Amino acid sequence: MAMPTEFRIRVEDALKKDEVRTHFRKAMDTLMTNRRNQFPDEAELQRLRTQAQSIRANALSKLPELLEQLESNLVRNGVQVHWAETTDEANRIVLNILQQHNARSIIKGKSMVSEEMGLNHFLEQQGIEALESDLGEFIIQLDGETPSHIIMPAIHKNKEEIARLFNARFPHIPYTDDVDELTRNARAILRDKFYSAPVGLSGVNFAVAETGTLCLVENEGNGRMATTVPPVHIAVTGIEKVVEKLADIPPLFSILPRSATGQPVTTYFNMISGPRKPGEKDGPTEVHLVLLDNGRSTIYSDPELLATLRCIRCGACINHCPVYVRIGGHAYGTVYPGPIGTILEPQKEGLRVHGELVQASSLCGACGEVCPVRIPIPDIINRLRHDGVRQDGGSRTRDAGTRRKRLEAVTWRGWSWAASHPSLYHLGSRAATRLRKLMPQRLGAWTRVRTAPALAAQTLHERLKALGVDHE
Amino acid sequence: MNKARDNILQRLRAQERPPGSFPGRDFLSRHDWPAAECLQRFTERLQAVRAEVHHSSPEGWLELLVQLCRDKNLNNLLLSPQTRWGQAIYAQAGRFPKLQAYEHPIEDWKPAMFHGIDASLTGTLGGIAETGSLILWPDAEEPRQMSLVPPVHFALLEAGRIYSTFAEAIARQDWVTKGMPTNALLISGPSKSADIAQVLAYGVHGPKELVVLVV
Ligand code: SF4
Repeated sequence: MAMPTEFRIRVEDALKKDEVRTHFRKAMDTLMTNRRNQFPDEAELQRLRTQAQSIRANALSKLPELLEQLESNLVRNGVQVHWAETTDEANRIVLNILQQHNARSIIKGKSMVSEEMGLNHFLEQQGIEALESDLGEFIIQLDGETPSHIIMPAIHKNKEEIARLFNARFPHIPYTDDVDELTRNARAILRDKFYSAPVGLSGVNFAVAETGTLCLVENEGNGRMATTVPPVHIAVTGIEKVVEKLADIPPLFSILPRSATGQPVTTYFNMISGPRKPGEKDGPTEVHLVLLDNGRSTIYSDPELLATLRCIRCGACINHCPVYVRIGGHAYGTVYPGPIGTILEPQKEGLRVHGELVQASSLCGACGEVCPVRIPIPDIINRLRHDGVRQDGGSRTRDAGTRRKRLEAVTWRGWSWAASHPSLYHLGSRAATRLRKLMPQRLGAWTRVRTAPALAAQTLHERLKALGVDHE
Repeated sequence: MNKARDNILQRLRAQERPPGSFPGRDFLSRHDWPAAECLQRFTERLQAVRAEVHHSSPEGWLELLVQLCRDKNLNNLLLSPQTRWGQAIYAQAGRFPKLQAYEHPIEDWKPAMFHGIDASLTGTLGGIAETGSLILWPDAEEPRQMSLVPPVHFALLEAGRIYSTFAEAIARQDWVTKGMPTNALLISGPSKSADIAQVLAYGVHGPKELVVLVV
């Protein structure tokens, strides 16, 4: 048997942790119920999904033009715009800005793109402290972990674990496992950091080309703090996040929190169009936007895979995924877990490293059904499975064809030959039913956790004939 | 980094893009709710996330504010003396906790802002009934940190300015023609988080209390 891959090892480990699995099950059940309650009117939900899909698809259809328009409007508003082809370039841009200000630390609002960049690690190597301020991100950073969910990064941790963690890291604060008190303690610690941070960093949920506006969706106020209090604000985002018009925003802001956590709205919707103007008394005096490609333009070049870029990072597909709920976010070993990670990561990082993820799907279709921008996730999973083994050169997906296995290919070719030769097929299936007693009970990995399937005594063709169906 | 820019744009342009159709994109969601229903929905939504909402009147709100400041034991209140409401409050300064104006750029008084202010009061540009949201466009008179840093935020809202949806507010107030301000905000309650074990907690980084006075 082949060596188990790292992914498989992580999955097996995750499956052994019963307590964590129960915890995920409960959390996901709540999220699914909450979402359902937000859309009591099926017709309104479908109308809104169509609209959200159209808004994102329209933006992608004009992406280069909109990026230029966004840039020129932001520049007119006084924002400095930077472009990065790779995460490494993006990290260096951030570092450059920090060095210009002699900044030794940075405070961060929640940003998945900065996770994608590995920014914290990069800055630490340069001797710069990068502190997370979203409560969930703050907690996992204390424990040296990465997010296990794109919206709720610390969802894998229970209250007691968090209480013990706080106590270990801040021994001068009395132990508590009361959620309100824990929150109050985190507030006090992070307020001081906001107060003194020379630079704040945030992600972007939507960028409006028409007005040059960066929109941030959040509940805690850490996004507002990071973009308002420090004298310099750096926003990082993927190039796909742009929309054409301001009027495109309300439908997206309506469907995003309802799909994500089942809230009707988030506490804050923060629209930033520039740095402090003359006469204004607060806000950063410098605002930067870093536009990151990191493989997105390659995804863009494929008419089918392009749909991946419609994603508004709501996490609904994750919450509804039967695989995610069992293995949790860390088992994926990627920045983005769940169905969105399954289609995005192999495209960004290549099929060689993450191509295995597309096999870890039952193709149940739940993700595609809840996706607010109607990304056909199961179709894309299938497409990437094909890309992994195809040899026709018809795909630009990174590492296409590298997952092809000789034995598998020969087996399928044999199967397709037999299936297109009726007499051979009948002979084979009849032999299989007659000799079913000889079928081994152990079928490799399949029977390690399952009993082997039993073959029927007669073939389907025989049984149909017995029932009087004579046309095949 | 202009090379990165050129390369990215060139890659995006390399592909021929057939013109697509985008059904339903321009749909403007709004509701024909009468004013009373707008107010009721707005109020219920906000109360559901633990905001305080008081229905008052042009004559009564000042009295109500005096009372609320007393109930909350506030030592001071940050506000602009220049706004209409600010002038009304300053005219009766003796009845309020110590009034504090945001006179100087934040750099000149950051410690006091972060450690000494109990509450702030700002106006709003309107409300949104569907989601229970306040619209704020902070400016030189009522800067951004006023609705963010102090633990208690009082917001004044004219009852006649409650729109049914966000889309309607943007269209009716004509944001695009007006031009977007440095920072525009929707605020729909006090700061909150469910990041610890999915238990809802209030007052994470922003105000712990949001008090809306509808006039
Ligand atoms: S793929 Fe769809 S459901 Fe999943 S995070 Fe993106 S927008 Fe949400």
